[in-house]
Amino acid sequence: MAVASPETLRALELSIGSLVQSEFRGQTRVVVPRESLADVFTTLRDKRGFDQLVDVTCVDYLNYRDAEHRFGLVYLLTSVASNERVTLRVYLDEPDLTVTSATGWWEGANWMEREVWDMFGITFAGHPDHRRILCPEEFTAHPLRKDYPLQGRGERHNFPVLTRNQA
Amino acid sequence: MALAASNIRTQDIAHDEQQDYLWTLNFGPQHPATHTTLRIVMKLDGERVVDAMPDIGYLHSGFEKIGESLDYNQYVTVTDRMNYISPMANNVAWHTAVERLLGIDITPRCKYIRTIICELARISDHLLCNGAVGLDSGAFTFFLYAFNKREDIYDIFETLCGARFTNSYTRTGGLSQDITPLVIEKIRKFIQTFPKVLEDMERLVNRNRIFVDRTKGVGILTREEALSRSATGPIARASGITRDLRKDEPYLAYADFDFTVPCSKVGDCFARYLVRQAEMRESLKIITQALENIPAGPINVTPAERTTLPSKKMVYMTIEGTINHFELAMTNRGFETPHEESYSAIEAPNGELGFYLVGNGTDVAYRARCRPPSFIHFAMFPHLIRGHTLSDVVAVLGSLNIIAAELDR
Repeated sequence: MAVASPETLRALELSIGSLVQSEFRGQTRVVVPRESLADVFTTLRDKRGFDQLVDVTCVDYLNYRDAEHRFGLVYLLTSVASNERVTLRVYLDEPDLTVTSATGWWEGANWMEREVWDMFGITFAGHPDHRRILCPEEFTAHPLRKDYPLQGRGERHNFPVLTRNQA
Repeated sequence: MALAASNIRTQDIAHDEQQDYLWTLNFGPQHPATHTTLRIVMKLDGERVVDAMPDIGYLHSGFEKIGESLDYNQYVTVTDRMNYISPMANNVAWHTAVERLLGIDITPRCKYIRTIICELARISDHLLCNGAVGLDSGAFTFFLYAFNKREDIYDIFETLCGARFTNSYTRTGGLSQDITPLVIEKIRKFIQTFPKVLEDMERLVNRNRIFVDRTKGVGILTREEALSRSATGPIARASGITRDLRKDEPYLAYADFDFTVPCSKVGDCFARYLVRQAEMRESLKIITQALENIPAGPINVTPAERTTLPSKKMVYMTIEGTINHFELAMTNRGFETPHEESYSAIEAPNGELGFYLVGNGTDVAYRARCRPPSFIHFAMFPHLIRGHTLSDVVAVLGSLNIIAAELDR
């Protein structure tokens, strides 16, 4: 796995201010404050050539050892030209679970962010099509959260009942 | 046939209301040409597709949630069911990610065997994908040629691990069993017979008027769009992105082999077909080189790493073997993982297949995120099909190689 170059880290430091950076098994992770996410996207895409968004995902740190925040949003970015990778992490806490949508920078973020909304209930400001994607529209919960019950009758009592005449 | 898609928001409702001659067509969820369970609601102007709205989730079975309760070796059975066209590649992707999280370096013999099965899986996947494009655009014989050869690969896998379809062949730090001379014999036979089939396939459709007319210039994806829309694998390479994780981030034993990465600049369905055909030849080259150079030695990491089950001989003859086996097999005893997160990806037949794993000390992942190439590729389907005719839907869908089980997970 290609690590991020020192120039990229310096560019990130300029746009964030103080850089909280760690490395694990050749993977560079940078913690980005929610407010500077848009700046970081612009810096990475336009100045450092990170032209591809590999993945957007989320981790729910409820019950995780030494975790300070509830949710950790993960952006995996790569540069096809320089073969560099960088991982951005944005920590979020309830009740404010809104971040800037990356769709303005990389169109591929569209469905990835819809999945994060569906599974974790994180809202993306400025997303062009903010709907659930895998679960049905009537679904009310966010199933990949750690407090989602694994036992019980499930969600079926929430679903509308259609009779043959209505359908 | 015309169904109102009430819960699907159109992107330009106001615009559509003026043009009331547009009608809505429901494609799927159970349509022979979707091959799997997915639904597209299309707005049609005559035969022309004005807009397409994919509606997915019919096969959502919570694979990522299951990953939070099955341990690292058990979850490999679930990865089989993601892209069931090339389960071996999924197995390898999963355990490559687990081994990265644990910091295990697998043995050279294991690397070679995993490379061989990955490439066989790639051939199997590309055969199905190209075969299906042929089938949907009227080339039935072509499809049968492809499927006949896939049967040979299934036969190899069955001899290798006992399962044809859901292999679950890899284990953390190794493999479930070693490769046998019979398997090597079968792969050699496959290497000898496969080039002729590839040639036959290409002779059938490469200059076939119907096939070329239905795929050339259809569903064009430019390089910029492919980058912005996160395309990877053969789809990105058909659009001129020269990125292949086997070359750019060499994993397993790929750095040892001589092979090229076929690319095209055109980006239409025909280019994707050609790239896949060329990739099968390259895969064959890799298999040939790997098969004749499999290093001797163990397939599993040493028992000292405490991740792989010791051999039965060790379990019954030595006290260390017994203890190791006991420690690994007991619940709450398995191996220890760091409180860390890591992402690891391989070049699966369909594109970059990665797993983002969060370890929490136990042998069960705290979070097991899969980066599914099908999901990301299907997101660009509306963009590719806009302006084409209804009959092009199947050609584009086929050339993106959407596997709904991986799409919905």
